[in-house]
Order: sequence, then C-alpha cells, then structure tokens
Amino acid sequence: MSTATIPDPSGTTEATARTRAALTGADGARRRKDRTMTVLIWSAFVVAMAPLVSLIWTVLSNGAARISMDFLSLSMRNIFGGDPSGGIYHAIVGTLIITALATVISVPVGLLAAIYLVEYGKGVLARAVTFFVDVMTGIPSIVAGLFAVSLFTLFLGPGVRMGVIGAVALSVLMIPVVVRSCEEMLKLVPNELREASYALGVPKWLTIVKVVLRTSVAGLTTGILLAVARVIGETAPLLVTVGVTDSINFDPFEGRMMTLPVFAYRQYSQGQATCPGGESATCVADIAIQNAWGAALVLIVLVLALNLIGRLVNRWFSPKLR
Amino acid sequence: MAQRIDVKDLNIYYGDFLAVQDVSMTIDPQSVTAFIGPSGCGKSTFLRTLNRMHEVIPGARVEGTVEMEGVDLYGDDIDPVAVRRNVGMVFQRPNPFPTMSIRDNVLAGVRLNNRRISKSAAEELVEASLRGANLWNEVKDRLDRPGSGLSGGQQQRLCIARAIAVKPQVLLMDEPCSALDPISTLAIEDLIGELKQDYTIVIVTHNMQQAARVSDRTAFFNIAGTGKPGRLIEMNETSTIFSTPAEQATEDYVSAPFLVRASQDVAAVGT
Repeated sequence: MSTATIPDPSGTTEATARTRAALTGADGARRRKDRTMTVLIWSAFVVAMAPLVSLIWTVLSNGAARISMDFLSLSMRNIFGGDPSGGIYHAIVGTLIITALATVISVPVGLLAAIYLVEYGKGVLARAVTFFVDVMTGIPSIVAGLFAVSLFTLFLGPGVRMGVIGAVALSVLMIPVVVRSCEEMLKLVPNELREASYALGVPKWLTIVKVVLRTSVAGLTTGILLAVARVIGETAPLLVTVGVTDSINFDPFEGRMMTLPVFAYRQYSQGQATCPGGESATCVADIAIQNAWGAALVLIVLVLALNLIGRLVNRWFSPKLR
Repeated sequence: MAQRIDVKDLNIYYGDFLAVQDVSMTIDPQSVTAFIGPSGCGKSTFLRTLNRMHEVIPGARVEGTVEMEGVDLYGDDIDPVAVRRNVGMVFQRPNPFPTMSIRDNVLAGVRLNNRRISKSAAEELVEASLRGANLWNEVKDRLDRPGSGLSGGQQQRLCIARAIAVKPQVLLMDEPCSALDPISTLAIEDLIGELKQDYTIVIVTHNMQQAARVSDRTAFFNIAGTGKPGRLIEMNETSTIFSTPAEQATEDYVSAPFLVRASQDVAAVGT
C-alpha cells in the first residue's frame, strides 16, 4: 500500500487527505500485474475453448447432412460400395448395450471400492488400493482390450468375439475413474452428518447407505456419467474384443457387435467408393466418409445427452435449502 | 426413565496420547450436569465417552468404567449402537440432514434404522418430539420443507427433537448454544429446564452464566498445559462451584480472572 501523502486539493482536513491518499493510492505495479494476469487467463480460456468449438462445429457441419430417420434406424446389412441407404442402428444398439454392460460391471465394483477407501480403509491395504487405482487410470485402452481378450480366451478358446468381452475391457478402463470420482464425492460428505447419524443409534452400514450415499448421490451420479462418457468413445479395445459386423445384434453374449466409434473408424478407412455408372441416388462416392461423420455426430449427441441427464439428476437429488 | 451414570477412574486415549486422566464422577438422573473448563481440557472428549461416540475417531480408546445404572457401557457384550440409542447427543453446530424434510429429520432415528412405523404413529412422534423441543408452533405448517431452511436456533431445536424422538434416557449436549444468538440460546436453555423432568442431561458449555442458569451440578475440568492430560478438578452443586469452590483453580476460573480467560477461550474457539 502506498502511504505517500498528496497535496490537499479540496481544503479538507489533513486526516481526510491522508485517508484518501491511502485508499486511492494508485499502485501501478499491482495494476499492471492485474492486467497481465487477466489477459493471460482470458487467452488460456480461448486457447482451451478453440479446439472444442472447432471440433463440435466440424462434426456438426459434416455430419448433420447425413442424419435421417433411415440413417438412425437401419443397419449396414447387404449394403455395398457407394450405396447410401445404410444406417448406424446396429452401431447405436451395440454402443448402448456394451456401455450399459460395462457400467453395470464397473459401478458396483468402483462404488464399493470408494466406500471402502473412505469409510473403512486405513493402513497398508487402503494405500495399496489407492496406488493400484492410480496405476489403472493410466492403462492404455488397447492393453485393457488385450487383457479382456486373453481372459476370455482362457475360458472360451481363441477367436471368440462378443459384446461382453468388450464390456469387460471397458470396465477395466472405467473402474479406476469411478473409484476416484466417487471417493472424492464421499469425502465431501461432512463428518458431522455421520456423527449425527451414529448419535441416533444408527449402525455404520445404514449410515453409509442412507446418509452418506444419499447426501452425495448427485455427485456420485455425475462422476459415474463422466466415467461412462470416458469409455463410450473407446475404439481400440472394442475392435479387438467385439469385432465388427454389419448386422444388428442385441445379444452381448453371442456374436460380434458393432459400436459407433468402431463404425466411424471402419467407414473412414474404407475411403472412396467406386461408382461405375457415375454418381447417382444409389451410388455416392464419399458415402463412407459421410457415414463416419454421421456416426461421430451421434456419438457426441449421446455423450451430451448423458451429461444433460447428469445435470438433471444433480438438480433432483442435491440438498435443497427451502 | 432417566438413568444414573457412574464413571470410575476413566482414562481416555487417542492412540498413545492420554487426553483425559482419571475421571470419576456420578451424574444424577433427572438433573442437568454442566461441564465447564478452558478449551482443550477434555470436556467434549469426556462427554463423547458417555455414549461411545469417541470411538468414531480412529485410535480412540478408554480405560476404566462408565456404568449406567450399574451396567458397564464398555463391557464385552455391550453394543455401541444400542448405547447410542439410549444416550442421545446434540452437537455444537446444528447438523440436520440436508437431504431430509423437517418431518424426516425428526423421524431420522426411526427411518434410518429401517424400522417400520405406521403413518399415524409417525405423525404423533413428529408432533410430540417437535413440541418437546419447543419447535412445533414454528414449523407445523412446513413439515415438508427442508430442515436446512430453518434458522440456526431452529435447526438446533430440530436436532434436539431428532435426538428425543429416539426416546433416549440420557441427553448429551456438546456446547449446544455456542453457534446461536442470545434469543435462540434462551429458548434452548428453557427447553433444557423442561427436558430434565424426563432425561438425564449433561451439557458442555463455555458460558459460565449458562452453566449457572441451567445446571444443578457443575464439573470443572482443567489442563495443566499443552500436551498434558485434562483432569476433573472439582464437581459439586452448581451454587457451591460458583460461590465457594473447594479448589483454588476452580475459584480462579469462575471468579474475576475468568473474565480474561473467557475472552481467551472465545478467541480460541473462534480460531
């Protein structure tokens, strides 16, 4: 703070002048710092937002034209070359089923592990669990896929492809994320609420179920949905575990399934189709690329929808004040 | 009905640290017993051993006995959960469950324990408990509103209603008014006076006048210095403690020099 006195302009008392000087004292260095940091922070924000906006815009502008009722409700069965009458229904079904299955596997394991770490765990075991969860967070997704393949090869023999193997691969990726986010959410529940519950003669397990989980349910849901969003776009592990197909398959325990990211990848790698009679309504040369953009757009919309659901759940379940 | 508590040679540890040493006292039923003393002297720690709440803190343990009508609370066959149903507790800061309505907060002891209760019985319990906590008239029209929407003093009375809805025999209060304004404090003090007809009440307070106003007997705890264990210095009729205490330390604390110390306590609590 500058304490320099300035000449008294308005003829007020010396005390007023000194106070004015202290309160208005222009600290040039600090102001410059403030400006610099403001500019820095805003540019960091713009740099962070630019790719995101650009990505959404690109996918939207390239994919929107391909979206139609047929595209969303038909499979690629018996569709060859530049035929534009195929769709991604089989891939949507596959993505939803496999992701749902992965969630069903990961949430109980991850949530219970988080409860163990926050409410029970102490000492060596808890530290070990935390350490391995951290390590698992960094597992490359293809390794998770290969793990699931080799695990099922032990039981079913080589070459088996089915949805549930992919779900297992995804849950290997998902469990550490669920544990981490749920752990943070459970830690946020004030200890006072646990003590209030104990003091009413409520056993520990009921306190956890009815007070701790109930209080943090909004945050837990958000964390779980973020974990789902993390795995719903995985490609590599699904390619090696679930394979590819052009047909609709509702049974994750039997046969190959298609998923949106794998579909986008496959279509993209097909490249241009050859149209012997030139481009027409039944033969579009770059239809595969269009399909890939369309699938990418649908995937993004799915993730967006999940996040919206998360927000709504958050609003319904979070503690209300009035 | 209200039960008598006998504490004999109680040592309380956190891990290896002896927090409170060698406390013996008798707490009479249907009376209010106040614990006073400087911050950190172990009043709250001791209070929490009376319903085994201190066990919630990892590493906490006790030596000695706490007998309720002759039954040792730390006996091998004693269930700490059952102890806490018998000995209710009200905390320093009001802590209603934020996800529950006022009604559900009062019923928390029933609902959280998965006990079934008929609708009419629940309504009766809610009204009786809220009336018992002098809160009924203020909240009867908004029982379905969240408990956290009430004022601090109302929240604390809601917590008392929640505690007495479990029908305990003993009620422990850990500085129940320290976060409240004088009017709410008065409401709670009046309530304590009424509740002692039915319960054994133990209250920890930093407020000498409060101890003098509400309690029948007062126990003075003190601590020799940082890192030393807290001890029970003296326990007697409240009037005796505040007029002719037997120990010089008590005299010092409750009389003139106390004013200085009390302000230090307030500062310590504030930090």
